[in-house]
Amino acid sequence: MSSWLMELGNGLVSTFILENRWKWFASGLGYTLLISFFSVLLGLVIGVLMALGRLSKSKILRGISGIYIDIIRGTPTMVQLLIIYFIIFANVNIEKWIVGIIAFGINSGAYIAEIVRGGILSVNIGQTEAGRSLGLTQRQTMTHIIMPQAMKNILPALGNEFVVLIKETAVIGMIANIDLVGAARKVQSLTYDYLIPLLSIAVIYYVVIKIISLLLSKLEKTMRKADKR
Amino acid sequence: MIKVTGLKKSFDNLEVLKGIDQHIEKGEKVVVIGPSGSGKSTFLRCLNLLEIPTDGEILIEDECITDPKTNVNKIREKMGMVFQQFNLFPHLKIIDNITLAPIKVKKKSKEEAEKRALELLKKVGLEDKAQAYPAQLSGGQQQRIAIARALAMEPDIMLFDEPTSALDPEMVGEVLAVMKDLADAGMTMVVVTHEMGFAREVASRILFMDDGYIQEEGTPEELFTNPKNERTKLFLSKVL
Repeated sequence: MSSWLMELGNGLVSTFILENRWKWFASGLGYTLLISFFSVLLGLVIGVLMALGRLSKSKILRGISGIYIDIIRGTPTMVQLLIIYFIIFANVNIEKWIVGIIAFGINSGAYIAEIVRGGILSVNIGQTEAGRSLGLTQRQTMTHIIMPQAMKNILPALGNEFVVLIKETAVIGMIANIDLVGAARKVQSLTYDYLIPLLSIAVIYYVVIKIISLLLSKLEKTMRKADKR
Repeated sequence: MIKVTGLKKSFDNLEVLKGIDQHIEKGEKVVVIGPSGSGKSTFLRCLNLLEIPTDGEILIEDECITDPKTNVNKIREKMGMVFQQFNLFPHLKIIDNITLAPIKVKKKSKEEAEKRALELLKKVGLEDKAQAYPAQLSGGQQQRIAIARALAMEPDIMLFDEPTSALDPEMVGEVLAVMKDLADAGMTMVVVTHEMGFAREVASRILFMDDGYIQEEGTPEELFTNPKNERTKLFLSKVL
């Protein structure tokens, strides 16, 4: 029993304390959150554009966004990341975490496009009619009336997408050991111990995601209360 | 002011309007009545092109709006519309609901638009609600705001699509009162409604629609006391 505890203690020391290795985990978590957050933002921009494309009257725009969404959703994230890093940015000197944001942003853009499209369609048609009957153009109606309501409706789904990305960005390890998984692998390559580093990052992922989920559901509740005003 | 010739509208294979000819003069208050599914709402919605007519021609102040080259937005500025479901913008305060279109479309300054909005709110008896959100108001109040919002664009014509049908009975009166004021002030109005009392009191002309046609028209007196068409008689015997 005590030898098992000793082993655990030694493992924790060699994983976190020695050489201030906890700093690797802190920086890994930082990169994980940084990449996830900016990927969601980039994904949101792409997603809104693609959703508008999907709903547009122009066949060409509908086609482009349809193909984009189809291809991105039909191929693995990891393959997309590798293509972007090793092929598209092959001869470009660029920080790997930025490549990560671009790859995950493009990936999540396809999923967010469908979320945004659903959000736009969920706004009652009467809102469009009211806007148009007042003489607003289609674009003005979209910007001032439909989008604000759609965005509010999809905020919970966007939060969820952020949580999904936090987990998904672990794939960044294919091009750089900078995130949480990277930290665990660095330690493990020095100590030859898989158990403690991997369990540790599992716990860190879980706790971080739990906290964010709780914050999101709190935000959702506040918003629903505000609706009843 | 409004001239409709041979207006037809089909949804897929269902022909809702089968040929409407109608001439509405400036200052007229035309009330459209008829059973559900008779095409009266569709007729109204064709007038500001919320529905695109399948066939026929509509002239608004001598401008052909069914011509694809016409700027629809410009036409709609001249025509206010009030909906059965109010359709206020739930994310905007009442004052912003009213000033949005004047600011964005008419390029009015914010101050000017708000000043006008407050006047209109006063007119519909809701000047204390400027900072409220739509969800905080009753149905009757929301509909009065919707009328004020339409009036803020200073339209020449007001279209009402069953404005009291979604209201609790005790709120119908306040909305009709606002509409009556508007009629007394000389506004050209086309009103689709089931409120026969309002029709009798306010209408300068009543159109009875059924089966995609205007079956009969006349002053309230003529139509209510001495209907000629069998369908009109049948309908009125049910609703009066």
